[in-house]
Amino acid sequence: MKKPIALLFAALLLGSTAHAAEYKIDTKGAHAFVQFRIKHLGYSWLYGRFDDFSGSFFYDDKKPEDSSVNVNIDVTSLNSNHAERDKHLRGTDFLNTAKFPTATFKSTSFEPLENGEARLNGELTLHGVTKPITIDVSNIGGGKDPWGGYRQGFSGTTEFELKDFGIDYNLGPASQKVEMILDIEGIRI
Amino acid sequence: MRFRNHQTHYGWIAITLHWLMAPGIIGLFALGWWMRKLSYYDPWYQQAPDIHKSIGILMLFLLLFRLLWRVFNPTPQPLPTIPRWQSLAARTTHGFIYLVLLSIMLSGYLISTADGRAIEVFDWFSLPPTVQDIPNQEDIAGRVHEILAWSLMVLIAVHALAALKHHFINRDTTLYKMLGTTTSSPSSSNRAQKPTTLTSTRKETML
Repeated sequence: MKKPIALLFAALLLGSTAHAAEYKIDTKGAHAFVQFRIKHLGYSWLYGRFDDFSGSFFYDDKKPEDSSVNVNIDVTSLNSNHAERDKHLRGTDFLNTAKFPTATFKSTSFEPLENGEARLNGELTLHGVTKPITIDVSNIGGGKDPWGGYRQGFSGTTEFELKDFGIDYNLGPASQKVEMILDIEGIRI
Repeated sequence: MRFRNHQTHYGWIAITLHWLMAPGIIGLFALGWWMRKLSYYDPWYQQAPDIHKSIGILMLFLLLFRLLWRVFNPTPQPLPTIPRWQSLAARTTHGFIYLVLLSIMLSGYLISTADGRAIEVFDWFSLPPTVQDIPNQEDIAGRVHEILAWSLMVLIAVHALAALKHHFINRDTTLYKMLGTTTSSPSSSNRAQKPTTLTSTRKETML
């Protein structure tokens, strides 16, 4: 007797949340990347990434302004494909990961623009410093995956001055700013 | 002086190894300490670590040879005038110096090879990576490298101060064993007499 009621309840719930849903960032399948790039001497771009992070986002394609994101990044997982450099970047000259092992991003608002573009405002905590940042976001796509799940993916970029987050090691005038290149795919939960 | 060790003094191979590595190791410590403070635009920023790594690897080979040499040679006995606890302390310090040296060199190797890169030893040869699966290997190895480097300086200070104490306070021939002058007559008449008397004393005790 209880089953039909439960099913009806579930159907109602699903009905109301067909578009609005919570998504878990697919780090398990590694369909998400937290990357950065910074100019080397002003002559080229150096790329790196954080291998370990986790997070989730809420997205409603009917009401995108309600979207929100939370991400935790294990800063010690920094990887720039060079152990000696990674060690230096994790050290006290830069990220001081022994003292600040985690970076977080919590969104505060989401401003939809044209063509699936949006501005995602939030607070980034890095190196023990919390500052508001704005990420330019675009919705790459979303829909059913071949394995019974439902996915939504975004790409975002932002940039900030290293010294804004208390990192003042002198890499030269061309290397004051770091760009973040964020690509996340979430699986609906 | 013979090239192999004696019961009473070190042979010239051991002496050469000791006096090649002593400035080498202390120099590596100083270089390592200095190079960490270099700014990114310093002309030595890339060269200093290269030299540090190259000399470090050469020191590793010297150390391995030195340990082998030690195994297959008699270790000169402490002077019989030295109290047992002192010779035991000296031997323990020697053991720790070898152990810590080896650990520093291996940890240094593990930093630079953590990403699968080889270590280029000058433009001579390169040492390939082996272990690279330890999580955050370069950070852990780096911490170990730093702590042990400071520990080594303490051990070396104890070792050197003890040697100088024997030379200047006890005025015995301990230091001569590593200078290769045990059998030749030193300038001080006091020391010139002591080796023979001590050697004879030791022979008696051995009998």
